[in-house]
Order: sequence, then C-alpha cells, then structure tokens
Amino acid sequence: MSTLIRLISHSVLAGTPLLFGTLGEIVNEKAGHLNLGVEGMMAMGACAGFMAGYLSGSLLLSLLFAFLAGALGALIYALLTVTLMADQNVTGLTLTIFGVGLSNFIGQYMLVNTATNTLKLPEALNNRLKALSIPGLSQLPVAGSLLFSYDLFVYLSIAIALLLGWYINHSHSGRNLRAVGENPAAADAAGIHVTRVKYLNLLLGGGICGLGGAYAAMVSNGGVWLSDTVGGRGWIAVALVIFAAWNPVRAILGAYVFGAFSVLKYYVPKSVLSLPNAFYDALPFIVTALVLVISSILQKRKNAQPASVGLSYYREER
Amino acid sequence: MSNHEDRPAKAEAAASGAATPGERRDGYRSGPAIAGQGLTKRFGSVLANDHIDFEVEYGEILALLGENGSGKTTLMNLLSGLYFPDSGQIYVDGQAVSVSTPADAISLGIGMIHQHFKLVEAMTALENILLGPRTSKFSLARHRQEIERMCKTYGLTVDLGKPVYDMSVSEKQTVEVVKVLYHGARILILDEPTAVLTPQETESLFAILRRMKQQGCAIIIITHKLNEVLAISDRVMVLRRGRSEALLQTSQADLRSLTETMVGHAIDLKINRPTYAAERQKTLLAVQELSVIRPDGSQALDQVSFELKTGEILGVAGVAGSGQKELSEALVSLTPCQSGSITYCGQVISGLPTTEIYKKGVSLAFVPEDRLGMGLVGDMGMPGNMLLKSYRDHRGFFIDCKPAEQLSQQLKETLDISTPSLETPVRLLSGGNVQKVLLGREIESQPQVLITSYPVRGLDINASYTVYDLLNEQKMKGCGILYLGEDLDVLLELADRILVLCHGRVTGIVDARQASKETVGLMMAGMTLKEELA
Repeated sequence: MSTLIRLISHSVLAGTPLLFGTLGEIVNEKAGHLNLGVEGMMAMGACAGFMAGYLSGSLLLSLLFAFLAGALGALIYALLTVTLMADQNVTGLTLTIFGVGLSNFIGQYMLVNTATNTLKLPEALNNRLKALSIPGLSQLPVAGSLLFSYDLFVYLSIAIALLLGWYINHSHSGRNLRAVGENPAAADAAGIHVTRVKYLNLLLGGGICGLGGAYAAMVSNGGVWLSDTVGGRGWIAVALVIFAAWNPVRAILGAYVFGAFSVLKYYVPKSVLSLPNAFYDALPFIVTALVLVISSILQKRKNAQPASVGLSYYREER
Repeated sequence: MSNHEDRPAKAEAAASGAATPGERRDGYRSGPAIAGQGLTKRFGSVLANDHIDFEVEYGEILALLGENGSGKTTLMNLLSGLYFPDSGQIYVDGQAVSVSTPADAISLGIGMIHQHFKLVEAMTALENILLGPRTSKFSLARHRQEIERMCKTYGLTVDLGKPVYDMSVSEKQTVEVVKVLYHGARILILDEPTAVLTPQETESLFAILRRMKQQGCAIIIITHKLNEVLAISDRVMVLRRGRSEALLQTSQADLRSLTETMVGHAIDLKINRPTYAAERQKTLLAVQELSVIRPDGSQALDQVSFELKTGEILGVAGVAGSGQKELSEALVSLTPCQSGSITYCGQVISGLPTTEIYKKGVSLAFVPEDRLGMGLVGDMGMPGNMLLKSYRDHRGFFIDCKPAEQLSQQLKETLDISTPSLETPVRLLSGGNVQKVLLGREIESQPQVLITSYPVRGLDINASYTVYDLLNEQKMKGCGILYLGEDLDVLLELADRILVLCHGRVTGIVDARQASKETVGLMMAGMTLKEELA
C-alpha cells in the first residue's frame, strides 16, 4: 500500500514537467500551430529559470525568467510561422535544436566559471522548492501524502491546467482562439484579429513550456545543473497533447500516467520481473508511439486536432 | 457618370441626420446604404476590378451579375474588408469610410455571406454566431434568447445547439445569415448563395431576403443564374472583365438582354442535342440490380438496373442524396457493390479494382463531383494533373513530362483555358477553367464511357455551354455518357434519356425528347412510371 502511494506521488512529481509542456503545446495547437519546439522552449526556460535562481536566489524571479525565456522561444517561432509563414514543422524542429543548444551552451559557460565545477541552487531556494508541509492536511493518512505533500510547482501546474480548461472551453476569448485554430478564415471574417490571437497564445504556451523546463532543471534534477536537462520530456509532451485530446484538464491525468511509466523501474522488484534499466528508460517513448498510433485510429470529430493546425493563414490568398 | 456630383450632397444629408423622404418607422434610414466610387483592385497583372461605381439603397436588392472571373467576388471582398482597394472610395450611409479589415466591415453594419461558408465546423451554431470581438456582457442564455427573438422577426429557423458538421448546406447558410444579422448587419452581401441549394431551399432563402428588404436591409446578391436575378432583385449591375457594363432596373431587363450584356455578344440559349444514328447504337454498359450500402449502413442504391448505349447521353435526375454519388462511384469501383453486376461490352467489371478495370482496356472516364478533391490535385499545375492519369503508360524509371506538357498546351488552346502559365497550381484557376482541365484530361483518353457528376456546377453560361458542346462532341464519336445533373431544364434539353432516382431506386427511365418537367419532377418525388414512356 505504501509502495503504491509512493509510486503515485513519485509519478505526480515526474509528470509535472510533462504537464507544463503539454499545456503549453495545447494552447499552441488551439491557435492552429503544431509547435515541435516544445523541447527547445522547455530547455530555454530551464536555463533561464535555473540561472535566475542561482544568481538571485529568488523563486519569483526564477519563475518569471523561465516563463519569459519560453515565451521568447515562442516569439521566434511565431515571427517565423505567423508573420513570415514559414513551415511549422521545420521551424519547430529548428527551435528545439536551437533551444537545447543555447541552454547547454549557457550552462557550460557558467559551469567553467565556477571554482567547484558544479552549479548548485542556493540552499534557501532549494528549501522553498521542497515539498510543502501544510499544517493539518499534510499529516492526514493517505490523503496527506497523495494530495498535500507536493512542491509549489505541482500545485501551480494544476492551477494552470484548470484555468486553461476554463479559458479555452468556456470563455469568449477561448472561443475565438478555438475558431482561429479551426478555421482562421472564418475567424477573420467574424472580425477576430487572427494574427494577434495567434501571437498571444503562442507566447502564452511558450511561457508555460518554459515553466516546465524550470521544474526539470530546478526540482527533478535536485537543484544541480545538468546538461540536456529537459532530456526528451518535450517530445513526450507533444504526444501527450493527443492523449489528452486537446483538453487541458485531461492533460493532468495523461501527464501523471506518463510520469508513472518513467519512474516504474524503481517500483518493480527485480525479484518479480527482471528487465534491463534501458527498457524502462525507453518505456515512455514506446508508449508515446503506441498512443499516437491508437489515437489516430480512434480519431473522433469532437475531440480532434484543430482543423487548421500546420497551415499558414494569408487573408488575400484565393 | 454625372450622378457622382450629387453624392456629397447626399452624404451631408445623411450625416446631419436630416429625414430623407420615406424615413422608415423601424429606424432604418432609406437612401443610400453603401456606395463605391472608382473601386479598383489588381492581382498581379490581372485587373480584377476596374473603376467600378455602384450604389445600393436601404430596402433594395441589387443583383450583381457576371461570368466567372468577372470580378464579382473581388468587389464584394473589397466591401467586406477581406481585400483593400488599390484605389477608389467606399461610402456607407453617405460617409466616406475605410474598410481595411473584416472587423471594420462588421462595425459599419456590412455583413457578408461567403460562397464557401466561413463557419467553424467543430462548433455549434450558437458558438459560431457569437464569434468575433466581444460586444456585450450577455450571458450565454441571454444571447440565446436574443438570437431566438431576432430569428422570429426575420422568420429564420436554426437549431442553436447543433454542431455545424452535422448540418445540411442550407442549415449552414441560415447560420451565416443569423450570424451577420446578430452582429448588426444592415447591409447584406450574399456571394452565390443559391449555388448549392435545391430549388425549394432557394425559394425559402428568397422569402427570407424579401422579408429583410421589408425590414429595411440593403442587400447585394451575387449570382450568375439569370432567372434568379429577375425573380429577386430590384436593380441589376452587370460586370464583365472587371468593369461595370450596365446598371439597370430589373423590371426593364429580360433574359436575353442580360445574357448579352454579361457575355458581351449575342448567345444562343438553346442547348444542342444532335442525334446519333440508331442503327449504330449498341449496349456499352449494362447494370443489373445494383445495390450499394453506405458506410453508415443505409441503403444508397437499391436494385438499380439500366443500360448505357453508344452515342447517347443518359441523364440522371434526382433530389440531392438519392444515390447519384454512389452510382457514379460504384461504376468505377470506388464504392463496393453489395449485390448486382456491371457489365462492360460483355465483360463483368463489378468488384474489380479500379486499376484492373483500366488494364482490361475498359476506357471509363470519371469526372467526379468534387473537382479539386477527387478529380485534380490542386497544388499541381496542368502537366502534373495530366500525368496522374497517364503515368502508368510510360515504361522506365523516370517520368516523361514532355507528352503531358504538350497535352496541357493543346488543351489550353483548344478549350481556351485561361491560366497564367501551365505550371500554375490548378486550385488558383477559376471554377470553369478547373472543370475544363478535368474534362479535357478525361476526354483525351478517348473513353468509351464517360461519367460526369454535375459538370456545370458553379460554372457561368459561357463555360456551361462549352461543357455541353464537349459532351455532345464525345457523344457523336460514339461515347456513352452518364450525366448526373441537378438542373432539370438542362437535363431535358441535353440528354437523350433520363433515369430518375428516388431514395436509391429507379423510378423510371424516360425519353428526354418527350418527357415533361412535371413528370420527371413527380418521379423524383417517388412516383413510378408505366413502361410506355420508357
């Protein structure tokens, strides 16, 4: 029983960076843009967030810089795909290469300038990133460790997911956003400023991805800077969007399920099932591939990809 | 034009709010609603609109008539903010205005209903109607009430909770009308609204338009169907090659004069029907008790039997969705047959894959209903599209593009296809030219059987007659043509025999030279016919 509880709470922690990435990509795709640069935007957020924390020791500044760096990545992407109408796939892939490379470069530059050759977050900041202890709630049996024993990022990600769920599916602006992603020509004819909606939501999504990167760098890796700090989580996030059927609230579940896959190796006793560690490392990616195949077979109209994802919109094209 | 001089005067009158004669009690002003002066728009080297002047008043319906590519849609896109004019001025309520975005147009009270609906398929009617900049703080329930109240005023019915992808074409159109009205449009522009409607749906649309006119809306309707112009409009403007040819009272116009103004020369409105010598006729295609079931399980075709002979055009009539699409696709094995047989010159071809039929030497040509979807690849130029049909004939690893280019050039000249260059993607061509490319390619393979679905849908008079001539030419060469059509008048004039479908059943095959429109109409509604007329 306690193993199961530990597995679940461990899955939540492992799933949180995935959740950020998935939410960011959902917002992007709702605006009609398949942004394959999630990994890159997360890497940029990771670097900016970590370095801001390392230098200032402030959690708020970390979050702010992580968000801004992710949004900056998205801005490059938006400039190329919305304004200059470049191919979305190519641009996204390039953004990934660029973001990961830039993040590693800055990380390496900072590393060689330290005496110990390690980058560690200040202790005070590290403590603030530890699991919260909520008086009265965290001590509850089962529920305490399942619901009330996470760090700030976890609750932030859930709050963002719920807010996005309301924004996209129940607000006026969200309706306009969906219209832009489904049929920009229809949105344009209805008087919606298509370009503005696209830019705003691409930046918002990029920023959320950046937060996910910061989580990977600052919490998942225990407050120590590692190269390739995002480590492919951005790619899983892109697939999770499909698993979540473009629904931010469903993304919460999806992210934790995938989080579970990535930590499973610690919970299956070698005496019961002996599999090489490499298999467990590959598991999330194998499941990702399966999800993509299965969901493309079971495509339903109601929770399908926005119809104009991947297409540039130019008003005067005939 | 001399009437330009008095426009500023009118503008002042409207601006000062002076009651012009005939002020309506419902708050709509009479007098000029929207006007254009010297509107010009150029696309590359093509002058789409060349100094066009017009004016529409409140409570008036103006028909905009012109052939494909005459600049009707461009002009309306200028008014709705999708395009911005290179020069010229637009006036709304007599005031000079700049309409640079659709949002500008909406706030000026201009509502455009596009030929290809601008609706989000994945959303409900209500969500579609509410799209756009936020204008009120109403709750969803309040919006729903307001929309329903407005629908009652105009006599519109719409199911607000229904997703658009579940709607018929005419339902979608109603949603579009409600949408623009709800956003406060007083000037309505409809781009070929009847192109996709059945005659009954067209009639109910016209009833709605007349009611709007009474309510004081100004309406511009684009069409190239002359009888509709005469039925609905108060005035008509004829465009030709981007220029305004005439602006006249509908009551003073007739079919012939309008056609001649539109086309630029006298035109014979009678469709030719040459006769192929009966003694040379033999059976090409024999269909026996063919049944087809749709993917959703409903019966598309039920025991359909008929023969197609050499040198004849067999028209297929029926209300939309009576099984026409399934019939044409079953003949070329694109849709599997549930039972029954199709025989071509004695060989059974039903059940064979399309390529097998082709290899057996059966030359079938198929012009599908969905031209750019099934017939042609929109992003390819003409030669590429020619190759789609012929690349198998060439041996070797590489494709030989020369013959395809020659063929394209030849088609361009003989069929008078207007395209900037052979390599221009065909989706950029006008509807009539796209159809010519497709028909030309199919005819070039010298088919014995030609199946055409709605070949003149969306084409103007000139292009339609070119298509009829092409078909007749093939018929006189001995080709058997199955013509799926929607315009009963055309079927009766063009076809030799007419097969009538109703709910997937053949209600009769009549001789088109003797049958009356009424009989065929009744058969389309399900009345079967005695043998003697066949």
